[in-house]
Amino acid sequence: MASQTLQSVPGEPTAAQHELSLEELARREADGQAYFDKVMADDSRIEPRDWMPPAYRKTLLRQISQHAHSEIIGMQPEANWISRAPSLKRKAILMAKVQDEAGHGLYLYSAAETLGQPRDAMMQDLMDGKAKYSSIFNYPARTWADMGAIGWMVDGAAIANQVPLCRASFGPYGRAMVRVCKEESFHQRQGFEILLELSHGTPEQKQMAQEAVNRWYAPALMMFGPPDDDSPNSKQSMAWNIKRFSNDELRNRFVGMMMEQVRVLELTLPDKDIRFNEETKKWEHGPLDWAEFHEVLAGRGPCNAQRLERRREAHDDGTWVREAAAQYAAKQAKKQAEKEVAA
Amino acid sequence: MTTPEPHAGNVWPIWEVFVRSSRGLSHVHAGSLHAPDAAMALRNARDLYTRRNEGVSIWVVPADAIASSDPDAKGAFFESPQGKDYRHATYYTKSEGVKHL
Repeated sequence: MASQTLQSVPGEPTAAQHELSLEELARREADGQAYFDKVMADDSRIEPRDWMPPAYRKTLLRQISQHAHSEIIGMQPEANWISRAPSLKRKAILMAKVQDEAGHGLYLYSAAETLGQPRDAMMQDLMDGKAKYSSIFNYPARTWADMGAIGWMVDGAAIANQVPLCRASFGPYGRAMVRVCKEESFHQRQGFEILLELSHGTPEQKQMAQEAVNRWYAPALMMFGPPDDDSPNSKQSMAWNIKRFSNDELRNRFVGMMMEQVRVLELTLPDKDIRFNEETKKWEHGPLDWAEFHEVLAGRGPCNAQRLERRREAHDDGTWVREAAAQYAAKQAKKQAEKEVAA
Repeated sequence: MTTPEPHAGNVWPIWEVFVRSSRGLSHVHAGSLHAPDAAMALRNARDLYTRRNEGVSIWVVPADAIASSDPDAKGAFFESPQGKDYRHATYYTKSEGVKHL
């Protein structure tokens, strides 16, 4: 790891730190904790080279790398439709969107790297099946209308989740989220537009749009994570100012937005129990199949194996490019060095 | 520009990216990326950080080449401006209400 950078580095302890006495180390840790606590109390930001509790680092590393993996795997359901988009315009839009997802993955890997893990190690964990990513991307995109439903609901849910993360207490994560959120709103609008056009098209097209909404509704709601009473890490993440709202709070807020927007689409949400709670003034959704959520998360969803296989294949296909670029760089560096010696 | 040594395991080194959003403004840190050399770092930076006309100029700097102040020395290192509020215009209050001052 680079050890002196803006973005990067917690770095290994320096030689000097190895020689410190136990008392001195304990004093530094106490100072670090006090500073960290003050940052949390002031709702300020922690930066990569600040002292942080090991559990905070671990939690963030897990969350940010899973988030990055989700962006990278998330390219697949849509990439599947690039060559079959109904027009050149839609094809160009879809390509731009998939390219954005790759970019989002890279911003997030960069943010995660500042916590001390090299990107290659994270990618290896993903390919080895050791790392998790959002369960939503293990569902298949069966028709063109799924591109609409994914943009509108999946990206919509992602935005609802990500906007509060712009204020996450870890600086690099918050900054990556600001960039991601700016770009994500086009994703949701283009999805909404696809559905709107289909719903105003032929009866068959309208039906195709409705079926896609039916397929993606429950998985999109489950993107917010398990219900609050079954989400053991939420409380700590909220205490650390990483998470700002609970899973259920965000989910209900999202359902409210969907209820308004689905009317404009002249479609319906596949949830007969959805209701507006007059007391809390919030929308509430019907029961979700959490057993399915845990199955998919555990690797037994409809497309888990296919997604990982494709990721490995793409990585292997790129090996020669990575090697050639590294060789070329080494050769150029050598030439440059020889020139400098000669001069 | 010199290219930094690749890290162990043939991993491409990290570069920090600075983008000038329009003429007349300075380059601002946008993020980082991995690339084998400066030319590739610039191309990757263009694709990663300027997909929507965010910039008219890009700098890439090997992350290893950047020196930074010690994070543990927050207080001590930046101590000198403290208590010197006479360096700010707001310190001088007697001129309040006087025009063009």
